Amino acid sequence: MTAPGAPSDPRTVGSIVGMSLLQQTLIVMPAFNESAVVGDVVREVQAALPGATVLVVNDGSADDTAAVARRAGATVLDLPFNLGVGGAMRAGFKYAVANGFRYAVQVDSDGQHDPSGVPQILDALQRKDVVIGARFAGVGDYETRGPRRWAMVVLASVVSRIAGTKLTDTTSGFRGAGPRALELFAEHYPAEYLGDTVESLVLAARAGCSIEQIPVAMRVRAGGTPSHAPFKAMIYLGRAAMALVVALWRPRLSLRTVEVPGS
Amino acid sequence: MNVTTYVFGIVVALLVLVAVVELLRRRRLRERHALWWIVAGVVALVVAIFPGLLVGTAAALGFSVPTNLGFFVCLVLLFMVSVSQSAELTVLEDKTRVLAEESALLEERIGRLERRAAGAVPADTAAPVATGPAAAGADGSPSVAREPVTLPADAPAGHAGTDRDA
Repeated sequence: MTAPGAPSDPRTVGSIVGMSLLQQTLIVMPAFNESAVVGDVVREVQAALPGATVLVVNDGSADDTAAVARRAGATVLDLPFNLGVGGAMRAGFKYAVANGFRYAVQVDSDGQHDPSGVPQILDALQRKDVVIGARFAGVGDYETRGPRRWAMVVLASVVSRIAGTKLTDTTSGFRGAGPRALELFAEHYPAEYLGDTVESLVLAARAGCSIEQIPVAMRVRAGGTPSHAPFKAMIYLGRAAMALVVALWRPRLSLRTVEVPGS
Repeated sequence: MNVTTYVFGIVVALLVLVAVVELLRRRRLRERHALWWIVAGVVALVVAIFPGLLVGTAAALGFSVPTNLGFFVCLVLLFMVSVSQSAELTVLEDKTRVLAEESALLEERIGRLERRAAGAVPADTAAPVATGPAAAGADGSPSVAREPVTLPADAPAGHAGTDRDA
């Protein structure tokens, strides 16, 4: 369970995602104080995705998230202190690169993401570098409204233009990265506020990664509700705009690998 | 300005310089961080010894009150120090982050190698962390130390262990 299994055929193509594709896939779950649910989520992901390796990145939790995840059968990266989702994901990408995985898919440890959407993401990763499982793309029962919704719409339209593809849910944490994006993210995944969502897309797009959004089902969060307060939404939009501007001002990164997905 | 004020100015400027140099000497302060403070100390000392310099410069620049030039220079200097420290802090945070990631990656890898060295104890059994170090210690360290060179037998073909070979 710690090392990925040997794929019989590393080039399984087609819309049906084969075992070998899953065996080349690392499911990264950043977890911060999620001991209540992380065990169940790990077991669910393992049941839904046989062959895939589940990596829980314990982001400096104060509770026994790491032990619970380990008991559930996940590989655990134990960060010594809290780095935020971006930092945890970067550690996950580094693990993926160091251990020879071709794909990494981020799944939230609170059970918000339905693992049955992962094969669709892997399928799309055969032709794209970064794939986002989106909430507003017609599937699922998740809905936000009010100012926060507007903020997300504004963000999405701007990032869509930069990425050159229609994106509606840029803040979704349900996303996959292919080999080229993995190399980039392992070194440069942004760790600032909102960096793991908006800035990472801008960074990938400007480096030449192709991005696609696919509709996936999303569940209502188990604990805690997203804020709809107008003031908070304003702050959110402001910080997101700033993150966006800074991301665009930064020098472009280049992809080191020349490999093209699906080739 | 009377003699007391004049001497007081010089003494304070000297104290600043002595403090900075002493910290440098004891390796409590690195040169690159000390630079701005040494500049501040020297400027303060020069102005304390030759107050006419401040008055003259202020008049030349159009400051009606010479001390305002002093305050202005102080503000600029403190601003520079503060900005350079923010930049330095960002670099340090980045390094800390990388260290945290690397340490977590190494810890996971050590655990995996220890479990393998201990005779492939199934990792899913209870408390793998506890069984690892004890078994590895009984095993003798040389075999454990050689472990990282070999590739995991069950890694995906063609991609395995590019990093661990290095």
